[in-house]
Amino acid sequence: MKTTARLMLMLLVAPALLWLLGLVVLPHVELGILSLRARVAPRVYEPSLAQFLTFVEEPLYWHTFVRTAVMSILATAITLVLAFPMAWTIAKLVRGKSKSLLFVLCLIPFWVSETVRTLGWMILLRESGVLPAFLVWLGVTAAPVELLYHDATIMVGLVYTSMLFMVIPLISALESLDDSLIEAAYDLGGTGWSILRQIVIPHAAPGIVAGCIVVFMLTLGNYLTPTLLGGKNSQWFTEQIYTQFITRFNWEQGAAFGFLLLGLSTAIVWVGLKVTGQKFGEVMQRS
Amino acid sequence: MSTSTLATPASPGDAPPDLQARRVAKHYGAFHAVDNLSFEVARGSFFSILGPSGCGKTTLLRVIAGFIEPDAGAVHIGGKPMQGVPPNKRPVNMVFQHLALFPMMSVGDNVGYGLARRGVAKDEIQRRVGEMLERVSLAGAQAKRVDQLSGGQKQRVAIARSLVLEPTLLLLDEPLGALDLKLREHMKIELKALQAAFGTTFVYITHDQSEALVLSDHVAVMNHGRFEQVGTPQQLYYEPQTPFVAGFVGANNRLVGHATEVRGSAVTVTSAQGLVLAARAIGPVSQGAVVEAFVRPEVVRLARDSGVLADAGWPAYTARVSSLLFDGANSAVLLTELQSGTEFRIALPQTGEFANLGVGETVAFGFDPQRAVCFATGPASAVA
Repeated sequence: MKTTARLMLMLLVAPALLWLLGLVVLPHVELGILSLRARVAPRVYEPSLAQFLTFVEEPLYWHTFVRTAVMSILATAITLVLAFPMAWTIAKLVRGKSKSLLFVLCLIPFWVSETVRTLGWMILLRESGVLPAFLVWLGVTAAPVELLYHDATIMVGLVYTSMLFMVIPLISALESLDDSLIEAAYDLGGTGWSILRQIVIPHAAPGIVAGCIVVFMLTLGNYLTPTLLGGKNSQWFTEQIYTQFITRFNWEQGAAFGFLLLGLSTAIVWVGLKVTGQKFGEVMQRS
Repeated sequence: MSTSTLATPASPGDAPPDLQARRVAKHYGAFHAVDNLSFEVARGSFFSILGPSGCGKTTLLRVIAGFIEPDAGAVHIGGKPMQGVPPNKRPVNMVFQHLALFPMMSVGDNVGYGLARRGVAKDEIQRRVGEMLERVSLAGAQAKRVDQLSGGQKQRVAIARSLVLEPTLLLLDEPLGALDLKLREHMKIELKALQAAFGTTFVYITHDQSEALVLSDHVAVMNHGRFEQVGTPQQLYYEPQTPFVAGFVGANNRLVGHATEVRGSAVTVTSAQGLVLAARAIGPVSQGAVVEAFVRPEVVRLARDSGVLADAGWPAYTARVSSLLFDGANSAVLLTELQSGTEFRIALPQTGEFANLGVGETVAFGFDPQRAVCFATGPASAVA
């Protein structure tokens, strides 16, 4: 009896374990080995930290690295600020049909593939596109301006892509907040701002942190949006990885960059959790 | 019943009433949640609003607290008009149905929340929170988390959190509703003691008549957005002014019939099933009018020998025991009157005399006609 139950459990867990082992752990082990060796002659390799040294010595690489981290944090913050009122509206202010309608409206852009969505932004923003033409028509600018290939453009694209992943955990966090807590705080003399700071945000903290982690990781690892909207100026770290693997065929360097990015995201998430006093397990249950 | 009935007892010091409502109304479409209500609550009293769910009592409470703006009428608290004053600026605090303690804060921070919002200095807050917790017998509980408290302790923290602000009025929205029976009985006594100790005016809403009767100085029975009757618990129980109050406050046997004979306030009622009973009229009852009569289970006397009833000068009926509802002190017996087949619920005396009463047994019962009441509910008709 007991062995049957155990067998069942093994069978149930097996697909997930296979997935983890085959698609996550094994490639990373392989990449780890790749990143720690150097080619000394054709087909001859020896253990080395040369790739990591190159990263430290070449300003372009770590400049891109820091820039990617800062832009990702900024994008996460902007997404949070924009998503919070949206989530509040959906969770607390509207009821019934309009609630599901608003929720579906958040979801609809995700029915289209990310590539198509990003190309849509390009059609809107390029020099001969819709928005520059509209600005000329309004008389704001004399000639069409190029709105693509700016940092702000990348930011818009990243925030737009990430919005849903912030809104969903926020909605579930805010929905679980009992309205009478807000009323009680108001009744006891609280004002809008103090209630937000002392009641709403502490309650929603796990949801906020969950949304931020997901959005931050998606943004940091995003390749398409920075490349298409930022063009050559985007300087996104994933592009460096792509270049090493595909253009330069330097898999060793690409693998080292991959691990650096993994380390970076882990470090920033860890700092974020420490600063907000949240526990990873609790946060992940909320998302 | 008139809605302008005042709940004011003869106030000795002529202090202005703490709460005055004048022609307050709130509609939702065609639904009158609060229908043109006027009443006053005297300083320091415990006032309950008792009504079934959907009678508008919660709406009324939220109008007083300031969460809902009334469509018409005015609310005065402590003699000051409250129109346009938001909840956080009113001298009123509320204890919510599920208490709404802040789970993200300690007990001390919960109680000190309102003081901190008023900008009271930190050490002053600490001192007053400490004093308040002592008064509700929770001294030293400042650092505890809310989820470490028992149901009764949470209740006291919720009340302390409001009373520390020294409000003119404390509103309580069925705070005992979520507690289990034993604790509810205990908290009733505790609430009454707290109110007496603090002397703050309490306005309490509930659908539980026992809570309202036990706790209050005055009770308003509310139905369809109006007050059916306002009075002391004794008045509501002994002198119900409307059929609704008679049926809602306490248990009652209700009989519908016609007034076949009217002599002053003594009315003979013939029920639709043919039972003839004597009752006391409340309000005008004319010969032949459609009436509703109410006989409380606890005023009916049960006897194995109808002679006992005849000695008291009461009309006697013969009935068969159809069911025994044993519930300790609240035990009752269901009887079927033999001639008309009318069902009667009668409180079973716990003197031991009827301990061996069995289903199917034939017994006699009767009641003092003065203790049964009847109300005219329709005009006289030819049937009588």
